[in-house]
Amino acid sequence: MVDIGLTHYLMLASILFVIGVFGIFLNRKNVIVILMSIELMLLAVNINFIAFSAFLNDLAGQAFTMFILTVAAAEAAIGLAILVTFFRNKGSIAVEDLSKLKG
Amino acid sequence: MIASLAFYLFSFVLIMSALFVISAKNPVHSVLFLILAFFNAAGLFVLLGAEFVAFILAIVYVGAVAVLFLFVVMMLDVSFADLRRESMQYIPLGLVIGGILLVEMAFMMFAWSPSMMAGGNIAAAAPKDLSNTHALGQILYTQYVLPFQVSGLILLVAMIGAIVLTLRVRPGTLRQKISDQVHVRREDVVEVRKVQSGQGVE
Repeated sequence: MVDIGLTHYLMLASILFVIGVFGIFLNRKNVIVILMSIELMLLAVNINFIAFSAFLNDLAGQAFTMFILTVAAAEAAIGLAILVTFFRNKGSIAVEDLSKLKG
Repeated sequence: MIASLAFYLFSFVLIMSALFVISAKNPVHSVLFLILAFFNAAGLFVLLGAEFVAFILAIVYVGAVAVLFLFVVMMLDVSFADLRRESMQYIPLGLVIGGILLVEMAFMMFAWSPSMMAGGNIAAAAPKDLSNTHALGQILYTQYVLPFQVSGLILLVAMIGAIVLTLRVRPGTLRQKISDQVHVRREDVVEVRKVQSGQGVE
């Protein structure tokens, strides 16, 4: 069995990122699953950061991962809050109805 | 050898659970597979020697974000089957765009090698004699103290925003108002009257 190198991790992260992109197309109407796909894409980015950090012996990548985690948590909280408010007003979470948010 | 096996195990389960996240019929199952994916990613981070970020991922993502998703999915009373009905027509477009992205990234990755100069660009070299958490704490509170504080501020703004968005003042509900209770005066609530015997109060 071959040794695990940087390329393995980069390949894994790109597969994960593409799954996230595909998830957005597959669930075009369901905002909750779209938010989950975005979380998957952010996780792929984090895997890239950690892999480069480990293979280059540079801690800055791990510090950046923590900032990405912060922003992802904030994004999920705000997105779900908007979703809950929208559901209260319209009784639906379909993406087409969300265009009403434009005003 | 064991590390390679662990890598393949973690990444296989990670990719499979990511596929289930986007294809599950029930969003509750999607959230549960998302939690599984995060756990496997944390395992990969441990393999890479980033223990602190691995545990932060398990605590923040599984403990907070995924549970938040679970709450919202269970709270919203939506027919998710309706939302999926016409989604099949977007699969070819998604496959084309995803395939192009994947092929591009694969081309880039196999034609790529680290530069000779990469060693000179290290922003915060990992110390050899410290544990991961210790070393990360040392750079987080010195070199990266400003981004660290700003990320705290982002969390504060997100918290206030989420509360403001979802707070709802419903008319007709009774609430306890502590300040009114404290500021009540004796004259407002108690009255002493002289009552003639046999007549009562009018």
